[in-house]
Amino acid sequence: MSIARKAQHDYQDAMSLIDLANPSKFLALTARILPWLAAATAIVFAIGLYQAASAPDDYQQGATVKIMFIHVPNAWLSMFVWGVMSVAALGTLVWRHPLADVAAKAAAPIGAAFTFLALVTGSLWGRPMWGTYWEWDARLTSVLVLFLMYLGLMALWRAVEDPSRAARAAAVLTLVGAINLPIIKFSVDWWNTLHQPASVFRMGGPTLDRAFLIPLFVMAIAFTLLFLTLHLAAMRNEILRRRVRSLQMMQANARAA
Amino acid sequence: MTALAALIRRDIRIALRVGGGALIGVLFFLSVVVLMPFAVGPDLKLLARLGPAILWLGALLASLLTLDRLFMADHEDGSLDLIVMSRIPLELACAAKALAHWIAAGLPLIVATPVLGLLLNLDTLSTSAIALTLLAGTPALTFTGMIGAALAVTLHRGGLLLAVLVLPLSIPVLIFGVAASEAAATGPQTFGAPFLILCALSLVSFVIGPFAAAASLRQGLD
Repeated sequence: MSIARKAQHDYQDAMSLIDLANPSKFLALTARILPWLAAATAIVFAIGLYQAASAPDDYQQGATVKIMFIHVPNAWLSMFVWGVMSVAALGTLVWRHPLADVAAKAAAPIGAAFTFLALVTGSLWGRPMWGTYWEWDARLTSVLVLFLMYLGLMALWRAVEDPSRAARAAAVLTLVGAINLPIIKFSVDWWNTLHQPASVFRMGGPTLDRAFLIPLFVMAIAFTLLFLTLHLAAMRNEILRRRVRSLQMMQANARAA
Repeated sequence: MTALAALIRRDIRIALRVGGGALIGVLFFLSVVVLMPFAVGPDLKLLARLGPAILWLGALLASLLTLDRLFMADHEDGSLDLIVMSRIPLELACAAKALAHWIAAGLPLIVATPVLGLLLNLDTLSTSAIALTLLAGTPALTFTGMIGAALAVTLHRGGLLLAVLVLPLSIPVLIFGVAASEAAATGPQTFGAPFLILCALSLVSFVIGPFAAAASLRQGLD
């Protein structure tokens, strides 16, 4: 009798993936793992920054090559976040997953920030390297267009009062805008650009020396963990914000009655 | 098929009426082109060099401004709900509306181009090339703009948001349109590549535009 009850208790305790769709369970889970994620982010950043600082100077660029350790992960993440939002958009449109809306809305400002940082650090790197802060070549233009689309998406989220209707409108726009991602990636191959061609993710393997490649990957992991931490925290805030809104509406209804 | 034809005919007739807004686009196009020499200076050589860009920008902005009329008027008097609920697939209905909008608002821009080219000191070859690229590119502007119009239809203050959403999607059309126009002066070889890409952009927008607009309309109206 007690064995059977224990087995049932175990089954109920085990959380399946579908339980994450429940916002309360999601809040409980993220409350537990967020401090660990934040700690892991800080540690990997410390390792990455140390490795970046101790990496050798480039024979041509000198120490300014180290902007790459900030610029490139930000650029990768700006595209990655749009990819995450596209998956969330599919979740909204196809499966009506309740947390997909929250994930998409929370990711947009973070992605916009990464894109902005990629543009700014790239611009600061361009001044000593190319002699100019800006150039209208294909890569820079397409990333600027990505930044404008992030801002437009954020504006669309805030333009519709009801969050779930805003979610579906934003989902359509996210999927339409996803066409920009391959354009950005291959822009340096399709056009004659000032921005250098792909050195890491290309056919034939990376052309970067290992002394630069390893700190770059560590920094990329650090920034990805940073995105994950910020995203989960933002999703928690968004869920709580929606609860406040529901409570306010209930209160207004009660007062009106 | 008759339902779609009726939809197209209705939209064109409404757009060509006095308050319909089709010819307002041409007026705006004219205003932009007239404003440019005041801003840039009357140097004819400079204007001729900037000509393709000015004409393309004017056409882009004019088509952007007339876009919210695509769905707004129908939404206000309730016929958009009828169209969404009818038996024709919503994607085809959106495509039909966009086609009607292009005929009523886009074609007059193309017809006005040679006249405005005279104001900018452009020769016949350049203006014909620009008109040809506009013919190939304005459908892309209309069909991708339709996505923004559908997203913004249920927003009361959606006008500026519409522009912000649609402009990044129109940038490739603008780039290749101007590239083709400027290359026409140098020869058919360099004209062909950007022109063909422009045609490809239009063809892709014929497919993506209606599907995205229909999805936006469905979620916006329920």
